[in-house]
Amino acid sequence: MKPYRGLAIIFGFYALGELTSSALNLTIPGSVLGMLYLLAALLTGVVRLDWVEAEAELFIRNMSVMFVPPGVGIVSYIGLLKSQAVPISVALILSFLITLLVTAKTVEFLRRGEN
Amino acid sequence: MNALGITLTLVVFYLFSELHSRKRAFYTNPVLLSIIAIALILKGFGIPYESYMESAVILKFLLGPAVVSLAIPVYRGRATIKAYSKEITAGIIVGGTVAILTAFYIAKALGGSGEVLLSIAPKSVTTAIAIGISEKIGGIPALTAVLVITTGLLGNAFAPELLNLFKVKDRIARGLATGVSSHGLGTARIILEDELAGAVSGLAMALNGAFTALILPYLIELLK
Repeated sequence: MKPYRGLAIIFGFYALGELTSSALNLTIPGSVLGMLYLLAALLTGVVRLDWVEAEAELFIRNMSVMFVPPGVGIVSYIGLLKSQAVPISVALILSFLITLLVTAKTVEFLRRGEN
Repeated sequence: MNALGITLTLVVFYLFSELHSRKRAFYTNPVLLSIIAIALILKGFGIPYESYMESAVILKFLLGPAVVSLAIPVYRGRATIKAYSKEITAGIIVGGTVAILTAFYIAKALGGSGEVLLSIAPKSVTTAIAIGISEKIGGIPALTAVLVITTGLLGNAFAPELLNLFKVKDRIARGLATGVSSHGLGTARIILEDELAGAVSGLAMALNGAFTALILPYLIELLK
């Protein structure tokens, strides 16, 4: 019966996160709140790691396939993708490059002298 | 007909995963190839997205508990987070904010429409969280999903080479920069080259997801 305990905890924290997000009209997704709640529960010892570990790993390992259905929705936006191809692709590539370098240089600056 | 959507998704994803396990390269990424192939199939057969989603929505729903599950690697990595708390805090606040602002403003400067700006702003965080943010702020979640995966593929293909090019040798800096800029796909690549950088990258991904989810909606209100 062990998997049901883990699944109940994970779905329970998800439901709790969704509930807070909608009740307080927050712009933070319920799933992210659920993650923070579960993290707090683990850190305070309310939930033990071995109660949820195996089930959480199952979700994380198989996350990729879950991106496909929402991604397929792009089929309705091919026109938009074509007409906005330049802003989208330039912003994507430049923003990735700048983020990578600024983060790396910031952290390197903080760590000078530690290597 | 009802089970068609989920069956199609599983069959196509299985086939591309097989291909990916034989030819490991960023351009054989099974998620992006599956999205393109299924979109073409739906278009070719004139199947509306809504009919496809009748059953495929189950997989999308599971993203919720999957995001909740990200608490586990963060909890397990708490010793690493403590050891590098200063670097991780600075890297996520600076990198997470730069990612949002550069994507938003560069797209805006080049004439991006309002919904495109909202969809591209969360592009550096892990797909599941980015889709959630996009839904909440009025972006197009499908466009966000595709942009996030593409960003991840850039990191998967080029992050270590770019870091070498710019002479970033510090392992913590390499890991943080990769996780913050290109989430799980970047992490999957850098972990092959350096276990410590990979672990830091995975933690940065999860923490940046939470950080971005917390600040992006408010930041967007200011930018609009």
